[in-house]
Amino acid sequence: MNSIASRGRAGVIGFIVAETSLFAVFVVAYLFYIGKSPTGPYPKDVLELPILGTICLLSSSVAVALASHALAAGRIARAGAWLFVTVVLGAAFLASTAQEWHRLIAERGFTIGTNLFGTTFYPLVGLHASHVILGLVMLSLCLVFVCSGALTTVHAARVELVSWYWHFVDGVWVVVFTVVYVVGR
Amino acid sequence: MFVSTEPSAVRDAAPTSKPSGLLAILHDWVVTVDHKRLGIMYVVTGLVFLVIGGAEAFLMRLQLAGPGLTLVPPDTFNRLFTVHGTTMVFLVGIPIVFGFANYLVPLMIGARDLAFPRLNAFGFWILLFGGALLYFSFVGGDGLYGAGSAPAVGWFAYAPLSERAFTPGNATDYWNLSVLVTGFGTIATAINLIATIATMRAPGMTLGRMPVYVWTMLTVSAMTLLILPPLSAAQIMLLLDRFLGAHYFDTQAGGSAIIWQHFFWFFGHPEVYVLMVPGFGFVSEIIPVFSRKVIFGYATLVAATVSIGAVAMSTWAHHMFTVGMGGTLNSFFAASTMLVGVPTGVKIFNWLGTMYGGKLRFRTPMLFCCAFLFQFLCAGLTGIMLSVAPFDWQLSDSYFVVAHFHFVLFGGLLFTIFAALYYWFPKATGRLLSERLGRWHFWLLVVGFNLTFVTMHFPGLLGMPRRIYTYPADRGWDVWNLVTTLGVPLQALAVLIFIVNVVYSLRRGAPAGDNPWEAWTLEWATTSPPPAYNLAALPPITSRRPLWDVQHPDDPDGPHE
Repeated sequence: MNSIASRGRAGVIGFIVAETSLFAVFVVAYLFYIGKSPTGPYPKDVLELPILGTICLLSSSVAVALASHALAAGRIARAGAWLFVTVVLGAAFLASTAQEWHRLIAERGFTIGTNLFGTTFYPLVGLHASHVILGLVMLSLCLVFVCSGALTTVHAARVELVSWYWHFVDGVWVVVFTVVYVVGR
Repeated sequence: MFVSTEPSAVRDAAPTSKPSGLLAILHDWVVTVDHKRLGIMYVVTGLVFLVIGGAEAFLMRLQLAGPGLTLVPPDTFNRLFTVHGTTMVFLVGIPIVFGFANYLVPLMIGARDLAFPRLNAFGFWILLFGGALLYFSFVGGDGLYGAGSAPAVGWFAYAPLSERAFTPGNATDYWNLSVLVTGFGTIATAINLIATIATMRAPGMTLGRMPVYVWTMLTVSAMTLLILPPLSAAQIMLLLDRFLGAHYFDTQAGGSAIIWQHFFWFFGHPEVYVLMVPGFGFVSEIIPVFSRKVIFGYATLVAATVSIGAVAMSTWAHHMFTVGMGGTLNSFFAASTMLVGVPTGVKIFNWLGTMYGGKLRFRTPMLFCCAFLFQFLCAGLTGIMLSVAPFDWQLSDSYFVVAHFHFVLFGGLLFTIFAALYYWFPKATGRLLSERLGRWHFWLLVVGFNLTFVTMHFPGLLGMPRRIYTYPADRGWDVWNLVTTLGVPLQALAVLIFIVNVVYSLRRGAPAGDNPWEAWTLEWATTSPPPAYNLAALPPITSRRPLWDVQHPDDPDGPHE
C-alpha cells in the first residue's frame, strides 16, 4: 500500500463519517416529525414506493465495484464498460426521483412549505439526490478519462475511493428508503 | 490593461525594488500550502479576532459597570454579546486550536506536511471568509430598522427566535452563513489531521509514542467529524425555514421549539471539549519540560483524553435542564455530565504528579500552566455544581453560568494558549519572547481575569440574569458589577503587553536556537524556524522522548516505558 493511497483512504473515511453525521440529523428530524403535521397531505396519501429507482441504485453499487476491480486488474475497457453501466443506473435513479418530485410538486402542489412532512421530506431526499449528482459527476469524469485514455491502472486506488463514496450514497439510500417509505408511511 | 499595470503596482508597493518586495512576500503567504505558514496565519487570525471580541466584551462591561447606565443601547448590547460569543468560539478558539495543530502535528510526528496541503489552505481561507461575513453584517446586514446591523440572537441563535417571523432582516443570515462556512473549513481540517496522524507518522512513531498533544488533536478531530456536521445540518434547516418557507422550527405549523436546542447543543457542548482538550495537550507538553520529568501516567492521560471525547458526546442537554425535559432525561444528562468530570480530574492528577518532585523552572509558559491548573479546577467545580439539575434550575441563564464558562474558556483555554504561544514562539520565529514582559503579561492577566470572573459568580448567585443590558440599583448587584468591570482594563493591558512583546521580540528577541527549552519532542530537532521540509533527517524514534534518547544514549527512555 503506497502512502498516498492510504492518505486518500483515511481522508475519504473521515469524509464519509462527517457526511454520515450530516445525514443523521436530517433523518432524526424526519423521524421526530413523523405524524406531527397538523394538516395533510400525509405520506400515505402521496408517496409511492420507488422500487425501480431503488433497484437501479443498489445494483449500480455492484457495477462500480466490478469497474474498480477490473481497473485494478488492468482491464481498462472492461472497467469503462462497468463505469458506463454505473452512470446509467445512477441516472435512472435520479430520473425516478425527478419524476416523483414532478408528480408531487407540479401535480399535487405539495412543496417544502406545505406542512412538516414536506419540510422534512424534500431536504432529506434532496440531500441524498444531491449526493447522487455529485457521485455521478465523479463517475462520469472517470468514464471520460477512460475514453480519452488518461485513466490507467495506476489510478485504480483513486477510482476505488470514488466507489467507496458511491457505496456510501447507496447505503444512505437504504436508510432514507426505510425511514421515508417504510417507517414513515 | 490589468496585466500592464501590475509591474508598477509591484514597484509602488515595494520600496526596495528587489523581487522579494512586500507584494512578493504577501503573494508567498497567500498562495502557500505549507502547514507552518497556514498554522501561523490561523493563529494570527485568531489573535486579531481575540482583540476584536475582547473590545466587544469591554464595551459590554462598561455598560454594566453601574446600574442604569446608558452607554450602549439595548439593541446594540444584544448585537455585542451575539457577535462576541460567535467571534470567541468560531473565530478565536477554533482557528487558534486548529492553527497550532497545523503547525505542530506534522512536526511532532515527523511528517513533512499535512496529508492534504491544498485542502488545508482551503480550510484557512474559508474560515477567514466566514469571519469577514460575520463582520460584514455590521454594515451589510439589513436589520430590524433597515440599517446595517449585526445579528442579535445570541451565539446559539435559538429557533424559533431566529426564525424570519421574529428576526426579520438579514443579520441572522450572515451569522448563519458565517458559522456554516467556517464549519466546512473546520471539518476539512479535522479530516486532514486524522489522515495525517493515521498515515504519515515517521518510522518508529507508534501510537503509544505519540506526544499527548497529538493524541488530543486526534481525539478532537474525530469529535469534530461527529458534531460539526449536525450543526451545519441545523443551520441548513434554519436557512430553509428562513428562505424557502420550511417549518422545521415553526411552532405554528407544528414545528418544535426545542429541537434546535438539541441540535445546537449536540454540537455546542462537545465543542467546548474540542476547544479545551487541545489546551490539555499544550499543558501536557509544557509541564513535563519545565518539570524536567516525563509526563506522569502517559497511558492514563491518553485514556482520559479519549474518554473525555467519548463521554462529552452525551452531555449536551445539560444546557437544557430548564426547558422541561422531564426527570429521566434530566437524570441521564446530570449523570453523564458528572461522569465527564472523572477523566478530567484524572488529568489534573497527571499534571500534578508530573510536577511533584520535579526540578521546576518557572518560565512564562510554565507560569501560565500553573494558573491554568488552579483556574481550570475552579471551572470544573462550578461545572459539577451546574450539572446538578435542581441547582441549574436556580442558576441557569444567570451570571453564575457566564462566570463558569469564562473560567473554562478564558481561565482554562486562553491561559493554555498563551502558555503555548510563549513555548512555541521561539520555534516558529527563531526568537525568544521577553521573559520580563511575559511576567508582566502573566501577572496582569491573572489578577485581571480573577478580579473579573471570580467576582462575576456572585451577582449570578444573587439572581442577575445574563444578557441584560442594564439593571436597577436596588438588587445588590452594583458593587460586584463594578469590580467585574474594573478587572477588564488589567486584562486589556496584559494583552497589549503581549502584543508589544511579540513585536519587540520579533526584532530584538534573543535568538532561540533549535531547542531553547531543552525539550524532547521532534519539533525541537529541527532549526527555528523549521525549513519548508521540516526535518532533513529524523532521529531514531524508540521512545516517547526521542531527543532525550539522543542526548542521553546511556539512559534511553525505551526500557522504562
